[in-house]
Amino acid sequence: MPKKITIEPVTRVEGHGKVTIQIDDFGNVKDSRLHIVEFRGFERFVQGRPYWEAPVLVQRLCGICPVSHHLAAAKALDVIVGAGTGYGLTAVGEKMRRLMHYGQFFQSHVLHFFHLSSPDFLFGIDGDPALRNIVGVAQENRELAVQGVMMRKYGQEIIYHTAGKKIHGTGAIPGGINKNLSLEEKELLLNGADPLNADKMVEWSVAALDFFKSYHAANKDMVDTFAAYPSNHLSLVREDGALDIYHGVLRAVDNDGTIILDDVDYQDYDKYIEEEVRNWSYMKFPYLKHLGKEKGWYRVGPLSRLNTCDFIPSPLAQKEFELFKAYTNGKPNGMSLHYHWARLIEVLHCAEMIRDLLKDPDLQNDDLVVKGEKLHKGVGVIEAPRGTLFHHYEIDDDDKITLANLIVSTTNNNQPMNTAVNLTAKAFMNGKPEITEPMMNAVEVAIRAYDPCLSCATHALGQMPLEMTIVDGNNNIIDNKIK
Amino acid sequence: MSEEIKFKIDGKEIIAKKGQTIVEAARENGVYIPTLCNFKGVKPKGSCRICSVKVNNRFMTSCTTPASPGMEVYSNTDEISDLRKSIVELLFVSGNHFCPACEKSGNCELQALAYKYRMMVPRFPYSFKKKGVIATGPKLLKEQDRCILCQRCIKTIKDEEGRRYYAFKNRGNKLEVVMDEVMSKTISDELAKQAMENCPVGSIIYKEIGFAEPIGTRKYDKKPIGSNIETN
Repeated sequence: MPKKITIEPVTRVEGHGKVTIQIDDFGNVKDSRLHIVEFRGFERFVQGRPYWEAPVLVQRLCGICPVSHHLAAAKALDVIVGAGTGYGLTAVGEKMRRLMHYGQFFQSHVLHFFHLSSPDFLFGIDGDPALRNIVGVAQENRELAVQGVMMRKYGQEIIYHTAGKKIHGTGAIPGGINKNLSLEEKELLLNGADPLNADKMVEWSVAALDFFKSYHAANKDMVDTFAAYPSNHLSLVREDGALDIYHGVLRAVDNDGTIILDDVDYQDYDKYIEEEVRNWSYMKFPYLKHLGKEKGWYRVGPLSRLNTCDFIPSPLAQKEFELFKAYTNGKPNGMSLHYHWARLIEVLHCAEMIRDLLKDPDLQNDDLVVKGEKLHKGVGVIEAPRGTLFHHYEIDDDDKITLANLIVSTTNNNQPMNTAVNLTAKAFMNGKPEITEPMMNAVEVAIRAYDPCLSCATHALGQMPLEMTIVDGNNNIIDNKIK
Repeated sequence: MSEEIKFKIDGKEIIAKKGQTIVEAARENGVYIPTLCNFKGVKPKGSCRICSVKVNNRFMTSCTTPASPGMEVYSNTDEISDLRKSIVELLFVSGNHFCPACEKSGNCELQALAYKYRMMVPRFPYSFKKKGVIATGPKLLKEQDRCILCQRCIKTIKDEEGRRYYAFKNRGNKLEVVMDEVMSKTISDELAKQAMENCPVGSIIYKEIGFAEPIGTRKYDKKPIGSNIETN
């Protein structure tokens, strides 16, 4: 008899997802799917709007990392207003945007690790659900919780002083930025009262990384085998191969580390990347055209960025990167839980970059905007915390948007998350027709590693539960839970 | 014979000059009465009703009612505030006033009044037909779904020969304010920016400079509407 059990509170995933797991007659997992069941339609309703509204309008996709959408749209419009791609802006224009982006990365990664994922590490996947949350973290390890909250606050302060607001700011405009950083703001962010200063953020980033490494050392088998699988990886890299989350060229590597896409100017992204629509999900499935749908799917995000780049241009993060690379003998890392490791290395990188950038006098320059000959098409690509983010706009002669195409970070990770769900379901549920809470959380841990933003990916309002259904070989519902 | 007229607004004595309207006298005496269609240099017509006050237990538009000796005017009462709030709400549901992506946000008088009267969500159903954006001119665009038909642009934006750049088009619920297509091509930068400034909402937008003025630094981000008039 089918039954439906509702478990509250809602799960620690950004967005509304649903997992269906098919069980065969022998009680084994036959198939699984992560469905994204919401539709938002941003690409359609920005049509007809003046182009300069796009960076402010489209960022409303998300309240977690709106800066990424804000900057990706602004980068696309830089092309349209004739300011060129990436390096065409004035020094203050580019550096203020970079500072905004590092602040955004820092707070988003910290939110994910401390608020959403650290409960799994502190209490275990099968820990008491009543404790397995940020409040439980605060009770169990006050220092860790305080660090998480204050680090996120610091990132938000960076965003406030560069974008004008902590959420949904307006700092980046086509061709540049609308403000510089005053000396008072610089002093506040660089040398603010403890703990909200740049040096403390570097120190705490190292501590967070040490926390994960200790957990890894104590749970090596689980961390290394949980949803581990081979795949391609894609990201932006700087022209010299460095990790660069603001600007660069597209690079992809396969599971052996062979470069399968390199030095691609993202203005031509549509020559290399295509999206497949499947009838059971509102989230599309992107893939590399030249490899086809079956072999061309790829992962994005922190793990992929560290798999594609050659080095990290900040000293402490570079040392950690070397350890990370050595762990897999220089080969790409396909272990899903190592996303957390990569994410925390990026947190450290961002902290270092923020500290160094704040000392740059270019941030006080007044030449905020540059413009040139107007074009009718522009593509902006940026590394959002969750992975590579594509914004593509076309305008008419009256400056109104005629086309918008967004390939959001989480969309790029659609097939990878489905693969991770499938592997985890098989590992935890084979031969067990009843869903237990720890099994469900294991599936969530797999999804959570990718830090998905399902609202962004479907371009959701309301609550964000994860719904899980187990069906038998005849599609009869055996169990259904909403978490 | 004295040219001064003495009357009261909410019990406060107001000294007006002969011929002044209630709203003009109030302004000079440090009392803020909200206005939208009323604009300096333009003959008042009382069309938006936001300046409604109560005189002798009757609702009057203070922008068209001359001050008279001994008049007892009520403006800042719960009843009138709720009336004004409902007018703001009606204006919101008559258009697509989506503040977060509007260039005029922070400088918008309608938005500022919504904050002043603490509008959370309109009590009325949305009832506007989508009219769209007219952006054929080189300097200005007209967002028809934000226009409140106040006529400030019609009355104030003129060329050197006194010809108007804006005019009404159609009638009834199809009424729109449109810009003359030919004249729009030659409007000066200065006048185009003035047109945007004079528009109380985000209907007239100077093209291609979106969000150059940071959020948080705009006119009503710093102080509520009317605070430059109020003395107590």
